[in-house]
Amino acid sequence: MELKPLLITNALLVDGDTPRPGSLLVTDGRIAAIDPTDIPDGTETVDARGQWLAPGIIDLGVFATDKPAFHFGGITRAALMPDNGPLDGAGLVERAAKGGKPDLWIHPLAAATKGLAGKELAEIGLMKQAGARAIATGRARIADSGAMRRVLSYAASLGLVTIIHAEDEGLTAGAVATDGEMATRLGLASAPAVAEAIAIARDLALVEETGAPVHFRQVTTARGLDLIRAAKAKGLPVRCGITPAHLFLSDTAIGDFRTFARLSPPLRSEDDRQACLAAVADGTIDVLSSGHDPRGPEDKRLPFAEALPGMAGAETLLALGLGLIRDGHISPGRLFELLAGTPACLLGVDAGALAVGKEADLILVDDGTPWQVDAKKMAAYAGNTPFDGMPVQGRATAMWKGGSRVR
Amino acid sequence: MTTSTTRPASDYPPGGDAFCHRHLIGIAQLTPWEISYVLDAAEEWVDLNRSGAAKHDDRLAGLTIINAFFENSTRTLLSFEIAGKRLGADVVNMHAAQSSVKKGETLIDTAMTLNAMRADAMVIRHASSGAVQLIADKVDCPVLNAGDGRHEHPTQALLDALTIRRRLGRVEGLTIAICGDVLHSRVARSNILALTLLGNEVRIVAPPTLTPPAIDRMHVTTFTDMDEGIRDADVVMMLRLQNERMDGAYLPSAREYHALYGLTPKRLEKARPDAIIMHPGPMNRGVEIDSSVADDPQRSTITEQVEMGVAVRMACLDILTRCKRGIAGWN
Repeated sequence: MELKPLLITNALLVDGDTPRPGSLLVTDGRIAAIDPTDIPDGTETVDARGQWLAPGIIDLGVFATDKPAFHFGGITRAALMPDNGPLDGAGLVERAAKGGKPDLWIHPLAAATKGLAGKELAEIGLMKQAGARAIATGRARIADSGAMRRVLSYAASLGLVTIIHAEDEGLTAGAVATDGEMATRLGLASAPAVAEAIAIARDLALVEETGAPVHFRQVTTARGLDLIRAAKAKGLPVRCGITPAHLFLSDTAIGDFRTFARLSPPLRSEDDRQACLAAVADGTIDVLSSGHDPRGPEDKRLPFAEALPGMAGAETLLALGLGLIRDGHISPGRLFELLAGTPACLLGVDAGALAVGKEADLILVDDGTPWQVDAKKMAAYAGNTPFDGMPVQGRATAMWKGGSRVR
Repeated sequence: MTTSTTRPASDYPPGGDAFCHRHLIGIAQLTPWEISYVLDAAEEWVDLNRSGAAKHDDRLAGLTIINAFFENSTRTLLSFEIAGKRLGADVVNMHAAQSSVKKGETLIDTAMTLNAMRADAMVIRHASSGAVQLIADKVDCPVLNAGDGRHEHPTQALLDALTIRRRLGRVEGLTIAICGDVLHSRVARSNILALTLLGNEVRIVAPPTLTPPAIDRMHVTTFTDMDEGIRDADVVMMLRLQNERMDGAYLPSAREYHALYGLTPKRLEKARPDAIIMHPGPMNRGVEIDSSVADDPQRSTITEQVEMGVAVRMACLDILTRCKRGIAGWN
C-alpha cells in the first residue's frame, strides 16, 4: 500500500523553544518539508486547528507492551525493559520487537547479563542483530563491579548504550521506602537516599575507565544528580532520566500505605524532589519517561511491603510533562527533547524531532484541556497510578507512526 | 484502688463524640481526650476484674468477636480472648498457622471471608505494617489493631499509659525513657505517639543500628548512652530484643548488648529513685533486663501491665461495639 502524502496545516510546530505557527509535509513516511511551498497532488490535508504538532513520544524504559496506554499517551515508540522474560536471547528480542506492530514501535532493550543475574555476559551482539537498540541492567544494578566493567566495554564496542538502574543492593536490601519521617511513622523498612549516589559513583568511575556511554534510567536524589552534573562537566558520555512521579511527588504520598506510590527507586524527600526539578531545569536530566509498569490488584492490593513496586505511567506522562512547562521549569521545546529528542539519540533511531528526513512519528497536542486522572478508567491494563484523582491539563489528540494515522 | 486522675463523665463530650472512631488502628488517629476517655473506661474494668469470683459483665452477649492472628502471639491473643469473654461475647480465634493463608489465599480474600461470617468486631495482628488498615477498609465491623508489623500496637500503648497513671498518679509532665530495639518495635511507635500526645518528655535510648531514621521528627530526644538516657527518668520502659537481631547484623552479640544497654540495678540508680520499670514482655532476662530489676515489686510494673491489658481491651471492645449495640448517642 502506498502512503498518500500528508500535509498538517494550521499547527504550532514544536521545533524550537516555543511552538510557532506553521505546516509540515510528510511523504513516504518521512518529514519532507517544514512550511512547504510545493504540495504534491493527492496530498491529504489535516487541519491542526492551532494545536501543537510535536514529535511522537519515545518512552525510554517501559516494562510492558501496553498499546492502548501508549496510544492514549501519544507514545509512538517504547523502549521495552528486559525484565519480563528476561530478554536475554536473540529470539526473545526479535519477538518483543514485533510486539507493537503495526501501529507502535517497540524497541527491545537487551538484558546485559544472562537471565539478568548480573554475572555472565548475555549475547548482546546477536540481540543487537535481532533488533535490540540498547542494553539494560533491568530493575536492579549489576552488583559485581567486574561484571559491570565487562558489560560496559563490550556494549560500547557494539555501539550500544548501557541503561542502568542505580541503587546499592547492600543498603536497599529489604527496604520499601526512603529513610525519613514518613517511613519511620509508618513502620516501613527504609534505606538511605545515598544508596543511589553510591551506585552512581561506582558506575561513573567505570565509565571514566572504559569510555562506555551510559544512561541512568532514573536519578532521583540531590547527591546523585550532583555526581551526574560533575561527570558531564568532565565530558563523560553520561545521560540520565527521571519519571514524573519523582518530580511531582515526595514520600508523603506513601501515607496511608498507598501501594500505588510504592515505586523503585522509592519516592524521596521533598528536598530531593526540589533538586530533581532544578536538575530538569538546568539540563542535568536528559530524559523524561513513564516507567510504565501496569500491575493489577494481585500485585498491589496487599500490605505495602508485600506489594510490588511500579506504576502505570504512560497515560499521564505527557500531561505531567506539560505541567512542568506550566510551572515554569522548562520550555515546550525542551520538554520534547526530554520526551523524544534525547531518547531517539540514545536508541539510535531516526526520529524524535521535527526535522526534514526524520521518520514522521507525529502527535497533535491539545495543551490546555483539563481532565482528571482516574485509576478506575485508565486505558492501561491496570490503573496503578500514584496520581489518581489529580487534575491535569493537556493530551495527545492525534497520532501518526511513519506518516500513517494511528488515531 | 481508685485514682484521682479519672475524670467525671461530664468532662467528655456526650455519647459517641467522646470517641469518634469506627476502628482502633493506631494512636496516630486519636486525640489526647480520646486516650484519656479509654483509660477512664478501663479503670471500671480493673475494679471488676479484681472483684473476686464473678468477673462477668454480659453487655456483649450474643456478639461474635473474631481474633484473627496472622502472626504468632500468646499473650496478646489470650488477653483479647479473656477481655471478650468477660464481656460475654462469643470469641473465636483464628491462627494463621491453621488457616488458608498458608494455602496462598490473599489477605483481602481472608478478610472478606471473615466479614461474610458476620463478626461484630475483629481483632487483627499481622506481620506487615499497614495490613490491619487494609483489612479495616474492606470489612463492615469495627477492627482493633493488635499489632501490625513495625507500625502500631495501640492497645499496648493504652495499657502502658494506664499503668503509669495508676502507679505515678498522672501520665503527663513525666520523663519517660524507651530503651532498646526501637527500629523494629511497634510498641515503641505507639508509645511515643501516646506519651508525647499526653504531654510527657519521651527519650529514645538505642544503639544507632536500632534507632529509626528521623525519629526526632516524632518529638523525642535520642540517646545512644544508656546511663545518660535514663538519667532522672520517671519511667524506664524496656523493649524486647528479638533473638534474630543479636546475630551480628544489628548487634555484635547478646552479651555486648547487655553490657551497653541492659538494665542492671547499678544503671537504674541513674533514674529517679521512685522510677518505675516497664516491659511489654516476653522478657529476655539477662539480656535487656536483669532479673533483680524485673522482679522488684516496688518498681517493676511488668505483671501489672498484663493486668491493665485485659481492662484496656475490655474498654476498647465495649466502646467500639456501642454503635452496633444501639447505645443511645453512638452511631
